[in-house]
Amino acid sequence: MGVMMKTVRAGLLAAVSGVSLLAMAAPGAYAAGMPQLDFHNPLVTGQVIWGAVIFLGFYLVLSRVMLPRVGRVLEDRSTRISSDLEVARAAKQDADKAVAELQQARKDALAEAQANLQKALDEEQRASEQKMQEINARLASEISDAEQRVAAEKVRAFAALKDIAADTTQALVTRLTGSAADAALVAQKVEGASAHRTL
Amino acid sequence: MAGGSGIDVLGQFELRPVLGGLGEALRFSQSPLYMLLAVCLVLAFLYFGMRPAAVVPGRFQAAAEVCYEFIRNMAVDTIGPEGAAFFPFIFTLFFFILAGNYIGLLPFSFTFTSHIAVTLGLALMVFVLTVIVSLKVQGFRFFAHFMPAGASMALAPLLIPIEILSFLSRPVSLSIRLFANMVAGHVMFDIFASFVIMLAGFGVVGDVFAIGPIAINMALVALELLVGVLQAYVFAILTCIYLREAVAH
Repeated sequence: MGVMMKTVRAGLLAAVSGVSLLAMAAPGAYAAGMPQLDFHNPLVTGQVIWGAVIFLGFYLVLSRVMLPRVGRVLEDRSTRISSDLEVARAAKQDADKAVAELQQARKDALAEAQANLQKALDEEQRASEQKMQEINARLASEISDAEQRVAAEKVRAFAALKDIAADTTQALVTRLTGSAADAALVAQKVEGASAHRTL
Repeated sequence: MAGGSGIDVLGQFELRPVLGGLGEALRFSQSPLYMLLAVCLVLAFLYFGMRPAAVVPGRFQAAAEVCYEFIRNMAVDTIGPEGAAFFPFIFTLFFFILAGNYIGLLPFSFTFTSHIAVTLGLALMVFVLTVIVSLKVQGFRFFAHFMPAGASMALAPLLIPIEILSFLSRPVSLSIRLFANMVAGHVMFDIFASFVIMLAGFGVVGDVFAIGPIAINMALVALELLVGVLQAYVFAILTCIYLREAVAH
């Protein structure tokens, strides 16, 4: 680059001086009318030398001062944009990480809540089952008590029934015959009759 | 403009010394004066445009940056990676010609690119530069370009003179293209402007008909705005193409 720059500068200098000499020695081509071709006019060749000087000055000011300034501004901008992009990319990464963490935390919390809920439900179920069993057991014992009581009552009732039947038979026989029957015989007959019935 | 014996369309190209005797002694005509004006305008545009040096450019700065990037891309795309070294030269060339063409469009001003001496000077400068760069980069292999690769040896006596001639005619075509375009445009301005003055001599009818040449001149200004930038671009891009050949290994 530097070498190329030097070449350009040397070439320009040589070109400008060469052209100036050429213009000074230009043949006096004279065309009637066209002021541009009136090379006898010193002003026509003079503008070549002035032009070379002005062009060279223009080139030097541009290449040394103006264009590097524009280039610096453009370079600053591109580095700034790329660094800003870098910052934005890092910020995005952080944000992504935060979002992932948040989601993980939410998932964990959800799982924990689910587990707690399940545990509570299980406990509740177990408790209610136990209660149910207790109730069932109590009920079963009460039922069996009641059944026993019913059976006892029944037995007692049946026992009373025989007495009642014997009394009734006694009374009927007394009414029919006018004389009291033998109590032992009546009891035996009632016993025999009740044996035939299934109660 | 309308001379006594007809239309003097070439008077506008005449050079006159400025600052009287001093200008005459220094050969300083209005042509270098307008060159200085053009250069100062371009430099002022860049200076005031880039003064904020803002990261987010305003309109003025954006325009200056567009100019910079346009020429830089043209130089690098056309010449190749070596084009960056030639970029200031191409920039100088393009804006020297462009500013000259555009300043010349202002009424009462002077167009220094309408002088063959100036355009030939610029073209010869480009030519000499390309030859020097070619010799520096390629050495004596540069002369091999005058024999197209792959052509039959029997054609060499015919091809080599043609190639040399076409190479030597580059500065001529480069300079005459710009010179002729500028001269033609300004001669046309002058012709149609003279018509207006001639028609003014015919009373009311002439005044009405004079609208025609005025309208044509307005259209010509638009055309010349296009030609001005196009010729500057052609000059710059051809320079880039010549330089690409020069730096090609």
